[in-house]
Amino acid sequence: MIRLEDLTKTFATPNGLVVAADKVNMEVPTGEICILLGPSGCGKTTALKMINRLIAPTSGRILINGEDTSKLNDIELRRNIGYVIQQIGLFPNMTIEENICVVPKLVGWDMKKAKSRAAELLDLVGLDPRHFLRRYPKELSGGQQQRVGVIRALAADPPVMLMDEPFGAIDPINREIIQDEFLKMQAALKKTIMFVSHDIDEAVKMGDKIAIFRAGKIEQYDSPDRILAHPANAFVADFVGADRTLKRLRLVTAEEVARADAASAARSASVADVRQSLASSGERIAVVIDGDHHPVGFVTADELQGASGRIGDFAHPLPASVPVRADLRAVVSEMFAHDTMWLACTDDNGRYAGVVTQPAVTAALRATYGGANAGAA
Amino acid sequence: MEILSFIANNWSVILGLAAEHIWIVAVAVGLAILTGVPIGIAITQSKRVADAVLYVASIIVTIPSIALFGLMIPLLSTIGQGIGWLPAVIAILLYSQLPIVRNTYTAITNVDPALREAAKGMGMTPLQRLLQVEIPIAVPVIMAGVRTAVVMNIGVAAIAAYIGAGGLGVLISRGISQTDPRQLVTGAIAVSLLAMAADWALLKLQKRLTPAGLKR
Ligand SMILES: Nc1ncnc2c1ncn2[C@@H]1O[C@H](COP(=O)(O)OP(=O)(O)O)[C@@H](O)[C@H]1O
Ligand SMILES: [Mg+2]
Repeated sequence: MIRLEDLTKTFATPNGLVVAADKVNMEVPTGEICILLGPSGCGKTTALKMINRLIAPTSGRILINGEDTSKLNDIELRRNIGYVIQQIGLFPNMTIEENICVVPKLVGWDMKKAKSRAAELLDLVGLDPRHFLRRYPKELSGGQQQRVGVIRALAADPPVMLMDEPFGAIDPINREIIQDEFLKMQAALKKTIMFVSHDIDEAVKMGDKIAIFRAGKIEQYDSPDRILAHPANAFVADFVGADRTLKRLRLVTAEEVARADAASAARSASVADVRQSLASSGERIAVVIDGDHHPVGFVTADELQGASGRIGDFAHPLPASVPVRADLRAVVSEMFAHDTMWLACTDDNGRYAGVVTQPAVTAALRATYGGANAGAA
Repeated sequence: MEILSFIANNWSVILGLAAEHIWIVAVAVGLAILTGVPIGIAITQSKRVADAVLYVASIIVTIPSIALFGLMIPLLSTIGQGIGWLPAVIAILLYSQLPIVRNTYTAITNVDPALREAAKGMGMTPLQRLLQVEIPIAVPVIMAGVRTAVVMNIGVAAIAAYIGAGGLGVLISRGISQTDPRQLVTGAIAVSLLAMAADWALLKLQKRLTPAGLKR
């Protein structure tokens, strides 16, 4: 757990005092990613660098797992905190392996262990160790260097990570890929992470919590969903953007709003039976599924009136279906593309998993959540 | 032709003088590396000190070598070394400070601040930063300074023959005093060849010492 208490930093400059951090109070629970978000110059980097004491606070305290960091030895402290700088900062005179092994060596791991760790981490981010260990930074692309920068910080397995715009230097497509990779690693590693960003989309995607900064002050510290749903003030609302409601679509998956018990019917079912059950549940549509439970079409209650025979003969083809893991942005996009009010969902095996409707999506966006943590609940 | 036969007849003398010459420059520049590199690193801590030190070093280089030898005679006479090998080494040691201190200072201050910050943030001590990051990155530029010092001072060492330091300058000074163009030309050619050979050898060394990751 990282705790900032009344953390303040003022710089004396030729143009007078600059307050880079102004009584910042916040707490990052163990295993969570907290995003420091805000416009350039608002004090994000300063806040981050006070945590590993690259910048000494003017006043206030920083506690890591309850320990006041000003009481610790700076060098020891930094060796226990993974640090990713915005400029990547791989040492050009060292191979990739030597770069990754820097901190393990500093803390006295034996070289064999450090080297096997380097290979393991490269593997984890999809860089073939046989190919990359002996290379030099200049031989890598920007995206590859950025991956190495991140795993170098992870090498000695520090419980806490500080990341200053770690994915800033790469193109949007690669950035999304690295973000996804990183979230997958974090799901397994559960580090406590302070992550600086100036990109609201990145913050919403990566953060368990987001702290929005302006001129050294925290304007709002909340879950991404609450920041988007309930910006604390005009500055926050403006910063997250006029499309903040649409951004929330990315925070919810189809599974969370789908009705798993929506009516379905086997192709071989009799029209009379289905008509009967639709009438009793009051539903207007049933999804038709095949013998393997894959959704293959739909029937409407109206068309079944006065008909008889097998459901398969009355089925219309489905316009589209979406995986339950898809976020609502993808769902809505499919709905608009096929001009439909509802879509069938499928699980990982392509089996029918319920129906998601436009009203359900709208209701999810309207929903207000109770506690600060309730976004994912 | 005369010159060629002079060289052929005096081959071993010339080699002996060349060895003396190399010895003077090697000892002096070696000591200059041992002093100049630490000075160059130390002055990165303060811009004002750096400016002052570099100013003094450039003043020293403007003193003509003959004048510098002359200045040292009374000083070193007190220990009985007014002329000969020692004043030659000291003069070259002083002249070498400028290229070595300046290149070291420039190379260290030019190390990307992001690298310094990464090193610091990862928990390296100042000495570890210097040894593992800053110096390896600075080596090519420091070596270029050493090369400059060596080439420049092979010429200075030739003049040191006038204060009895030996070396290839002996051929030149004798050539002048005995109006013997064979010795004069032989000495002049030998000094130039030595400077060119040293430059080439040090360039090779510089390339070998440059970390592989910094080579183009
Ligand atoms: N070493 C420094 N000396 C003087 N002012 C500084 C220094 N570092 C940062 N600042 C100022 O503090 C403010 C916050 O900077 P910074 O934390 O780098 O912002 P951000 O990372 O959010 O872009 C800025 O106004 C910046 O100019
Ligand atoms: Mg910054």
